[in-house]
Amino acid sequence: MNTIENLSRRRFLQGSAGLTLGFCLPALAAPAAGPGKAGEGAVGPIHFEPNAFLRIGTDNSVTVISKHLEMGQGTYTGLATILAEELDADWNTVRVEGAPADAGRYNNLFWGPAQGTGGSTAMANSWEQMRRAGAAGRAMLVSAAAIKWRVPATEIAVRDGVVSHAKSKRRATFGELAVAAATLPVPTDLKLKNPKDFRLIGKQAKRKDSADKTSGQARFTQDVQLPGMLVAVVAHPPRFGATVKSFDAGRARAVKGVVDVVQIPQGVAVLATDTWSAKKGRDALSVSWDESQAFKLGSDEILARYRELAKTPGLVAHQSGDAGQAFGKAAKVIRASYDFPYLAHAAMEPMNCVIRLGDGRCEVWNGEQMQTGDQHALAGLFGLKPEQVSIHMLYAGGSFGRRASSQSDYVLEAAHIVKAIGGKAPVKLVWMREDDMRAGYYRPLFHHALEAAVDGNGQLSGWRHRLVGQSIMAGSPFASGMIKDGIDLVSVEGAANLPYAIPNMKVDLHTPQDIPVPVLWWRSVGSSHTAYSTETFLDQVAAAMGRDPVALRLELLARHPRHAGVLKLAAEKAGWGTPLKPGLPGERRGRGVAVHESFNTFVAEVAEVTVARDGSVKVDRMVCAVDCGIAINPDNVRAQVEGAVGFALSAALHGEITLKEGHVVQGNFDGYPPLRIHEMPVVDVHIVPSTAAPTGIGEPGVPPAAPAVANAIAAATGKHLTRLPFNSAELAA
Amino acid sequence: MIQLDVNGKQQQLDVTPDTPLLWALRDTLHLTGTKYGCGEALCGACTVLVDGAPMRSCSVPVSAVAGRKITTIETVDKHRVGKAVQEAWRTLDVVQCGYCQSGQIMSAVALLSRNRKPSDSDIDNAMSGNLCRCATYVRIRAAIHEAAKALV
Ligand code: FES
Ligand code: FES
Repeated sequence: MNTIENLSRRRFLQGSAGLTLGFCLPALAAPAAGPGKAGEGAVGPIHFEPNAFLRIGTDNSVTVISKHLEMGQGTYTGLATILAEELDADWNTVRVEGAPADAGRYNNLFWGPAQGTGGSTAMANSWEQMRRAGAAGRAMLVSAAAIKWRVPATEIAVRDGVVSHAKSKRRATFGELAVAAATLPVPTDLKLKNPKDFRLIGKQAKRKDSADKTSGQARFTQDVQLPGMLVAVVAHPPRFGATVKSFDAGRARAVKGVVDVVQIPQGVAVLATDTWSAKKGRDALSVSWDESQAFKLGSDEILARYRELAKTPGLVAHQSGDAGQAFGKAAKVIRASYDFPYLAHAAMEPMNCVIRLGDGRCEVWNGEQMQTGDQHALAGLFGLKPEQVSIHMLYAGGSFGRRASSQSDYVLEAAHIVKAIGGKAPVKLVWMREDDMRAGYYRPLFHHALEAAVDGNGQLSGWRHRLVGQSIMAGSPFASGMIKDGIDLVSVEGAANLPYAIPNMKVDLHTPQDIPVPVLWWRSVGSSHTAYSTETFLDQVAAAMGRDPVALRLELLARHPRHAGVLKLAAEKAGWGTPLKPGLPGERRGRGVAVHESFNTFVAEVAEVTVARDGSVKVDRMVCAVDCGIAINPDNVRAQVEGAVGFALSAALHGEITLKEGHVVQGNFDGYPPLRIHEMPVVDVHIVPSTAAPTGIGEPGVPPAAPAVANAIAAATGKHLTRLPFNSAELAA
Repeated sequence: MIQLDVNGKQQQLDVTPDTPLLWALRDTLHLTGTKYGCGEALCGACTVLVDGAPMRSCSVPVSAVAGRKITTIETVDKHRVGKAVQEAWRTLDVVQCGYCQSGQIMSAVALLSRNRKPSDSDIDNAMSGNLCRCATYVRIRAAIHEAAKALV
């Protein structure tokens, strides 16, 4: 395709405010496509803002520019589906391209002026924006046809990439109209489709990345090769807070292929012509570390401290009614406490980043999740302006939050190496699996203590929930918005907003300040532990009250119809209340349920498990019900929930990062084993039909899975597991 | 110099004999479809076929496979079974992040090449060395059954 970008689009690239839709034109430059709205003051959320989300080629190709990272969650396909729907494009001609780093055009509308992907916001923040981008393109194509054919625009129809006028029997493809359309003003008065006329949204739009990801052609950061590029592998400190005292690079430099060895704040980097040589060089280094300031506690000691802290009141995150009085008058009090370990994201592609410096610019290749934060961090290090940092957003081989590093940790590590060699070569930083697993930025270790009061009438009258764990938001770019009166809102999400109608509630939080283990959002963030403690504890309460877990929940959710909706649907599809097929002799089987809202999406899951005599747990089936508003791609909603179940089970059954005297014990998949195929349950996903605006689906399938399984285990064995990961020894018959 | 037969082509490589096949493929031959995940034969992301059998290329030195027929994801569609597996993967939209999928596909091709009608437990046995952190296992299983049907 011989295309150039039109003037308006090029004006953007030169940094001036211009317009919006970039129609892609052949050979000659088209006239500027009329005035856009850029620069007309701040843009609020979900308003159409001048955008560059769409290019149409004269070859009929429709290119959707994705401002969000594709890390597996289906964002490229989802954003393209929304735009193509309003454009009435032919889905087969739609391709997706990653946007450059430019928060002026590509900010996350839920994150103010920052560009980035996370918090299951991609569809929700882009919904209106992408619809309008598609509708604007459609309107311009229609106007171009109306002018050309001298017919009223209202008589023109568009379908599958073809514009037609029935009366005059004229038709033209998008490509044939692209040149003319580009000369027209961008309409501001747009008519969006009535959802009942959707032909792609809510239907089956196939993933756009399947072909490349099944032929080895998809390009990840790991795959970047640049002329003269060096690969760097780094010797990292053995404990958090340790620094390099001295090192001997003699043996490293003797390794064939090793080009340089440099000290950086993060350790000692060995640069070589290829990855294997760099790794051999790194392994041959001898480094002595200054561990005087290093953190030397183990997970057990951290937990012991947290348990002590939990005996004292924390900062109040939620209070309603009078919990003290309810417990004073209680006929029965139920108590439980919970321990959650650190968890590594362990994305399949270990962290890596490519940086090239030169000509007063910094160029980055990365599975980029935090464009604006990383631009600022790199600009600060190199003494550049943020806009002098350009970022190529590549596919990420998973992230689960890890690539959205609040401190730009691995990106800055790559940058320090480039800086240390004076920018003389582009550098690809490669973390080996062990580097990735031991680098920190874990889901924080947490301890919870819960109490419930049942009054003389057998009613659940009081609920107290105390949490102890490090803050994720402290020190992050989101701190000012997400920490209120000392409470990190994500530490208590799912707990402070418990939906159940319990008249007297109190939720409080301790945030230890003296644990320097780096922590980060991990798929579903606070809900990764709060859903577990609240939903399994409620089952303990139900058992103590002699109530059915579904019936009790429904009663307490009378004012939360969307929670109740998914709960009823999951229970019905799972055959709740009907007997489970018994297992083999010695096997105990059980069914359990959990419901949780996260990221404005509601998910209920019913687990069926078999517990063997030795206590090992097999999860047989998960029946899931999801309400995420309009399901843009139902098949992707199903895929995300299937994957979320597997991800959650990895943590529940096996996942634990342990510190011993400050050392991270686990280093590879032997010590930290994700779920394998033979452990994967059957997963049935049911989607609640909805006309509400779409919400996220990347994360919300995670929180209910582990508690549903734990509740099923309790149903099978009578044992309520309060420590993760599950210990099968506790379940042996 | 080491001579390798990769995807039907003879290649001369100037690498040390201890270099794992994975890095020779990726960094020297620029066949980057084969992925690094663990380096310890624990994840299967680096799976290639050597004389038709699945091998973890991260844990095989090039010296051990000199002269043997190596097939990578880049040419998997040149073979009937490979084509069927790739098609099934696309039909069912198996992939999420995609990083493990080259290895998954190579293991599935090896399975279906020797067993045209694998049971669920055959699939568990053949595929349990391939981790998928996105946990696309439900669809991997379904796609293998789908490919098996297409190969009848
Ligand atoms: S990279 Fe070879 S098995 Fe993991
Ligand atoms: S698709 Fe992401 S690891 Fe398998």
